[in-house]
Amino acid sequence: MEMKEQLTSLKEEAMKQIKDSHDLKALNQVRIDYLGKKGPITEISKGMKKLPSEEKPVVGAMVNDVRTAITEEMDKQKEELERQALQEQLMSETIDVTLPGTAVAKGQGHVLTQIMEEIEDLFLGMGYQIVEGPEVEEDSYNFERMNLPKDHPARDMQDTFYITDDILLRTQTSPVQARTMDTHDFSKGPLKMISPGKVYRRDNDDATHSHQFHQIEGLVVAENITMADLKGTLEVFAKELFGADREIRLRPSYFPFTEPSVEVDVSCFKCGGKGCSVCKHTGWIEILGAGMVHPNVLEMSGIDTDKYSGFAFGLGPDRVAMLKYGIEDIRRFYQNDIRFLNQFKVKE
Amino acid sequence: MNVSYKWLTEYVDLEGITPDELAEKMSRTGIEIEGVDYPSEGLKKIVVGHAVEVVDHPDSNHLHICQVDVGEEVLQIVCGAPNIAAGQKVIVALPGSRITGNKKIKKGKMRGVVSNGMICSLEELGYTDHVVPKKYAEGIYVLPNEAVPGEEVFSYLSMDDAILDMSITPNRADALSMRGTAYEVGAIYNKKVTFPELDYVEDPSEDIKQDMQVSVENPADTPIYSIQIIKDVTVKESPLWLQTKLMNAGIRPVNNIVDITNYILLEYGQPLHAFDYDKLGSKEIYVRRAKAEEKIVTLDEEERTLSPENIVITNGEKPIALAGVMGGLDSHITDETVTVALEAALFDPISIRKTAKALNLRSESSARFEKGINLATVQEAGKQAAAWMAELAGGRIVSGIAEARSVEAKDVTVSITLEKINHALGTELSEDEVTSIFDQLGFDASISNGTFAVIIPPRRWDIAIEADLIEEVARIYGYDNLPSTLPISASHPGYLNEKQRLTRHTKHFLEGSGLSQAISYVLTTPEKAAAFSMRESDRIQLEMPMSEDHSTLRMSLLSGLLDDLSYNIAHHNQNVALYENGRVFYTSSEQTLPIEEEHVAGALTGSLQQADWQGKEQRIDFFVIKGILEEMFAAYGLVEPITFVQRTDLPLLHPGRTAAIMLGDEMIGFAGQLHPSVAKERDLKETYVFEFNFQAIVNAEKHATIYQPVPKYPGMSRDIALMVDETVSNKQIVEVIKENGGKYLTAVHLFDVYQGENIETGKKSLAYTLSYLNPTATLVEEEVSKAFDKVQSALVEQVQAEIR
Ligand SMILES: [Zn+2]
Repeated sequence: MEMKEQLTSLKEEAMKQIKDSHDLKALNQVRIDYLGKKGPITEISKGMKKLPSEEKPVVGAMVNDVRTAITEEMDKQKEELERQALQEQLMSETIDVTLPGTAVAKGQGHVLTQIMEEIEDLFLGMGYQIVEGPEVEEDSYNFERMNLPKDHPARDMQDTFYITDDILLRTQTSPVQARTMDTHDFSKGPLKMISPGKVYRRDNDDATHSHQFHQIEGLVVAENITMADLKGTLEVFAKELFGADREIRLRPSYFPFTEPSVEVDVSCFKCGGKGCSVCKHTGWIEILGAGMVHPNVLEMSGIDTDKYSGFAFGLGPDRVAMLKYGIEDIRRFYQNDIRFLNQFKVKE
Repeated sequence: MNVSYKWLTEYVDLEGITPDELAEKMSRTGIEIEGVDYPSEGLKKIVVGHAVEVVDHPDSNHLHICQVDVGEEVLQIVCGAPNIAAGQKVIVALPGSRITGNKKIKKGKMRGVVSNGMICSLEELGYTDHVVPKKYAEGIYVLPNEAVPGEEVFSYLSMDDAILDMSITPNRADALSMRGTAYEVGAIYNKKVTFPELDYVEDPSEDIKQDMQVSVENPADTPIYSIQIIKDVTVKESPLWLQTKLMNAGIRPVNNIVDITNYILLEYGQPLHAFDYDKLGSKEIYVRRAKAEEKIVTLDEEERTLSPENIVITNGEKPIALAGVMGGLDSHITDETVTVALEAALFDPISIRKTAKALNLRSESSARFEKGINLATVQEAGKQAAAWMAELAGGRIVSGIAEARSVEAKDVTVSITLEKINHALGTELSEDEVTSIFDQLGFDASISNGTFAVIIPPRRWDIAIEADLIEEVARIYGYDNLPSTLPISASHPGYLNEKQRLTRHTKHFLEGSGLSQAISYVLTTPEKAAAFSMRESDRIQLEMPMSEDHSTLRMSLLSGLLDDLSYNIAHHNQNVALYENGRVFYTSSEQTLPIEEEHVAGALTGSLQQADWQGKEQRIDFFVIKGILEEMFAAYGLVEPITFVQRTDLPLLHPGRTAAIMLGDEMIGFAGQLHPSVAKERDLKETYVFEFNFQAIVNAEKHATIYQPVPKYPGMSRDIALMVDETVSNKQIVEVIKENGGKYLTAVHLFDVYQGENIETGKKSLAYTLSYLNPTATLVEEEVSKAFDKVQSALVEQVQAEIR
């Protein structure tokens, strides 16, 4: 029985020493001290030979139990020590997470392109095609086909850059519509298009005038197109571009290539209609021109006006951007100062 | 046009409708009102005064000391106006009053004399110089004798009015008159319009045939020409009511005869001209085209040289007026005029427009002839004017009218079905609703079998086709009342075409690589336009540019991008990376219009990645832009290879650091360093640029992604370092390696280039990793060694490499 007691106290002693080992080296010493070839447990095993044979299995089992318990405890302690050591090492590797991140070179799309692509995507989703046309146009497409014959008084409203008597820089993207109407096969379905692009007017550049600016025009020609369709389309458009709460109102106006012609006001996106400096305290912002395609314009493209009708609308991305962001000078768009360009990061 | 609210109420009842409400309603239904001006707004305590005594100031050679009866008291006011005189009724700003510009008038002393207020000119009440009668331009305004001292002056001067600033679109010239505006207002409020009866009495004792014959050369130029004669007139100042009506409309009163013609112009929109009959020099008027180089001195005392584009009124011999634009100086109305020849006519709008434009003589008259006038009231307006001349100038109207006329005013009938109206508007209006809209507009409409026959009076000459009627119905019905729908049509997908898709891809790629999109001016200087052009082409120049800086269409995008770069550098932005996509323009012999070619270009300077606390700066150099371009071109999936070929001869570019971008055998662009002397001229630092013909990429044959299974077997790699003459290019070495690498060589990667210390002058050292892979089996060491040895000996042999 002496051996049993001895084993019990050995185990207790070993357990304590394992717990007190604060590094792997000390722990290894405990292993050598207790489980080594010269350790007390080996000694006891050796001493078992002297025991009476009926006690041998009992003590043998006890020795094994103690050995297992010590080994297990040592493994546990080792794991713990390793964990601590790793933790210490990791803490020593601490960085300052408030240091700036490694920069990634990233450019920006131009704010005008962003606005135009947003509009393009909206209309693509409604089944429109994007159609482009020449920026240098024939007088006939730019004016005559838009119901503005040579001596029309409204031609004075537009000052034009001519290259020759018959060739000019387009003053509007509408000639693209005439070109498309000429070739569209109505037996294959309706014509639904938008035409974005650069346009030019003979103007002196200042904060609110630019000889070069942009336009997006839309055109739908099909059977049964009504002014109500125009109104509905513009409502969708205004809500998409300026927010779901926007309303529109139509005011009579005059464009040679549409009749009836309307100017379209959108309820102010800054103040919601209460009145502010953006809307000049009216609650409304004039943003689009629109109307039902003038029968002369359809007829000049050989379209049967008894069967087909259409609507058209147009707006200026430059003006939209100026209103939306409060940009004070239209020349900013074309100076391309990176401090200007790189501001328009937020994808709305 | 400026429309007087008070004047309008003479023709249409506006009870309960304020000027602001009227303006809003008009803007929403047809004619935009840009603003409403209240002339007396901001003015206060300005009254009629009676100058009972005026004496010279003892210490001044121009001031006067006036005793002015202002009703309840007599105030002493010092006044500097040269035209002040005792007995006048004048405009007095009392102490504590406010005149124009929110200026406050206080009691004070002028050269030691007490002055209790101010005697005012019209300018001091806010009138602009060009409407104040010349007589009062340099001094105070004198009110009529009936004015009652102490009363506010505003009603005397019709300043208690509201003036609507009407912006008239070209299709609504019918509203360029008070009568036209009254019809419009009547229509939108559904109110009856009434005009005063014409009180026109001719003197039967004289017949115009004795005094005047008129004829026209071409009835197309002058469809109506008429003259009336008014004798024994007294030319003098107009009554105040007439002067104030003109001034409120922005027209300067001159004398009763001229004022009447202007008044009728405002009332009817009919321009008239009054000649001094005795100065015509004949009893005949002949209207014709001017002869080349013919001359006339116009009212403004300018001698004008004419051309056959101009229509002139002649006395049978020489021009006495420029038709519809301006009268001649010789025959104009003066204080001595006793007999008036009054012209009421209709001229060809295009000729009038050209004349007004060519001579830079835009007037109220020419503007109306250009836009069209009411045929029905040419003669009525003339008679009305004559009647006023009889009343206000004491004249006698000679009986009869001398006239040459080839047109008559006629009603026009326009037909439209109810279905068409509803179809166009998306509405479900009933016959009755539409009929009442036509009625409101003053159009007689009858309906049979669903078709309206609408009778349009001559005063609405803008209405001729169905669409015109639809517009009238829509605006009176109200756009707010239209339903909102979306077009019903077979749905078909909208999609980007190939070019649009590739454009977006290219933009995104370049932005992802650190370049921002610029949009530059397409018009540039002739010199910049041709720079960097990749094609032979003449310059395309504007006929009438606004400035030399924007006179010529660009032939390269770099023309604008370099301007952008200069702008940035001048504004202390050192690191700039810009790209642009857009069109360049070349002349073409095959087509009327220029060739418009889509290009993509970039201009970069400084660093793409600034040095940061980790130290890594990415300076922009040739290889930075080449790397971006190579990766971008790879993504297009071009069948033909893109290569960069050294070019020493491209103008404006660094001869040693420039490459042509080749698609197969075709040069589609270039990349390189901007020539340092060009950079210096533009105040730029080291700058790298590229430009290529994007259309060539769009047109080029492309392959889809070709999938290859991920290799099952491991590959091997070998490094090789070699020294060659510095003239040997990387391309030559890589070609030798590839030709001799054997079938398992999959990639050649250059990882070091060195020249300098420890290397013989004229030599350079390069190091490559060669990767090998057998897709069907594990590579055997000996196979690779054999292949590698072959490469080594080929390099020694073919490029005289020294293997290190
Ligand atoms: Zn607002």
